[in-house]
Amino acid sequence: MPQPEIEIRGLHKSFGDNHVLRGIDLEVARGDVVCVIGPSGSGKSTLLRCVNLLEEPSEGQVFVGGTEVTDIEVDIDAVRRRIGMVFQQFNLFPHVTVTENLTLPQRRVLGRGKSEAAKVARENLERVGLADKADAYPAQLSGGQQQRVAIARALSMGPEVMLFDEPTSALDPELVGDVLAVMRVLASEGMTMMVVTHEMSFAREVADRVVFMDGGVIVEEGPAAQVVGDPRHPRTRHFLDRILDPSAAEAPGPEAGGPAAG
Amino acid sequence: MTSRLSRRQRRRISQGIQYALFVAALVLVGVLADWDRLQNQFAQKDLAAELFPDIITTALRNTVVYTLSGFVFGLVLGLLIALMRLSSVAPYRWVASVYIEFFRGLPALLIFIFVGVAVPLAFPGTEIPGGTYGKVALGLGLVAAAYMAETIRAGIQAVPKGQMEAARSLGFSHARAMVSVIIPQAFRIVIPPLTNELVLLFKDSSLVLFLGVTLEERELTKFGRDLASQTANSTPILVAGLCYLIVTVPLSFVVRRLEARADKAK
Ligand SMILES: Nc1ncnc2c1ncn2[C@@H]1O[C@H](COP(=O)(O)OP(=O)(O)O)[C@@H](O)[C@H]1O
Ligand SMILES: [Mg+2]
Repeated sequence: MPQPEIEIRGLHKSFGDNHVLRGIDLEVARGDVVCVIGPSGSGKSTLLRCVNLLEEPSEGQVFVGGTEVTDIEVDIDAVRRRIGMVFQQFNLFPHVTVTENLTLPQRRVLGRGKSEAAKVARENLERVGLADKADAYPAQLSGGQQQRVAIARALSMGPEVMLFDEPTSALDPELVGDVLAVMRVLASEGMTMMVVTHEMSFAREVADRVVFMDGGVIVEEGPAAQVVGDPRHPRTRHFLDRILDPSAAEAPGPEAGGPAAG
Repeated sequence: MTSRLSRRQRRRISQGIQYALFVAALVLVGVLADWDRLQNQFAQKDLAAELFPDIITTALRNTVVYTLSGFVFGLVLGLLIALMRLSSVAPYRWVASVYIEFFRGLPALLIFIFVGVAVPLAFPGTEIPGGTYGKVALGLGLVAAAYMAETIRAGIQAVPKGQMEAARSLGFSHARAMVSVIIPQAFRIVIPPLTNELVLLFKDSSLVLFLGVTLEERELTKFGRDLASQTANSTPILVAGLCYLIVTVPLSFVVRRLEARADKAK
């Protein structure tokens, strides 16, 4: 079996007394798309942020492309260049134009020359369908456009792996589709992706595997069709029922959070 | 129909009373003040005319130069102290905190006297580079840096956390992210308060009065005071004051515009 692109072993993370991740083991093969689903507060973002060390794991190991990220000797800035990350709140640099959002990291971090950085920026803006916004400032764009620029910015660094943390959760519903379309193309081009999302149709169609997290552990994982379409674990089923039909959720009572009767 | 006054009527009456009081106070000052003597002492046209062009070409010019050199020195030092204040290295934070409290707690005049007297004593033979201009930059800048450090620190902290995270996840080192991403955004936030600081420095440059300066190095206050004692008339003081206002009032206006714009952008 070939070496996985992302490998997580025995990962724990605590914030003070709050034991958020309680032993996560996960592998993502090269070119695979893994969607991470689960209730709010279950540790999905923390898991993703441990992969590029925005959070420092309390225990365990993380490997990306064969390099141990959690090795204290490792040059973390060099590792992060190979891992693109897309945030819920886009986090574009508001003080520079769209093009400069893409060229600034290339030039400052990768040391690329001006014309090469501009060329890469143009290519990636075309990739996300925003070549015509090259000279706009982020504030002049819709949320969906900003998120696509954020994806293009990450791609400009030539990452081997892309992490998405609820990339469409801050968007108006009619803007979600454009962002998902870009991600779908990226997946079909063979990018290795870890995607935290509540978009179940995206998970079902695009993901090779789906991971359901709750309470800091992986409760269930498997092929997308199985986890989303025919979940084994009652907690997964309960969660999916609520996601797929929010209005059907029972009013929180003394038994709230309990598994739905199957 | 009731005889009680409506709320609007009551407010009109209350406002009327306030206007009347205001006008009465003005009239009282106008009647009681000895305008002839005031005019004699402060507004002699021929005396005022004699002040030009020197009051502009020398005094106002020097005031501007002193202010700007103090501002630039204070800005650089203030940025350094702000970064130390936010450092993860505890001793840096302590030094920065002590600096800020120390220089904010002392009168600027004391610092000026200290720079003028103690520095030459402490380092005999060494001259502060730039002569008087260097001394003023130091005297004004040391204090200004303490205030600007706090302003800049607040500006840096006002930049959303996601900006640093985005930069780090792209492979920026902490230092590079600060320089390329965080500080440029922080400076946009602090332009209004820093401009305010510029206005304060412009006025504080009058403390040069307490350093020995040559005729060519005089700024507005010293110039006005010297001329006033030469002519035994205070008109030069009034003209010097007007020169300050010509600069500070528009600057303050700019600050308010910038603040209003920043509020709108939120
Ligand atoms: N930087 C942090 N400091 C302290 N607690 C945190 C921090 N980040 C996350 N947490 C806590 O970790 C838990 C999991 O958060 P998160 O990973 O964001 O969950 P999810 O993304 O699944 O909603 C929450 O209880 C949250 O309060
Ligand atoms: Mg989250």
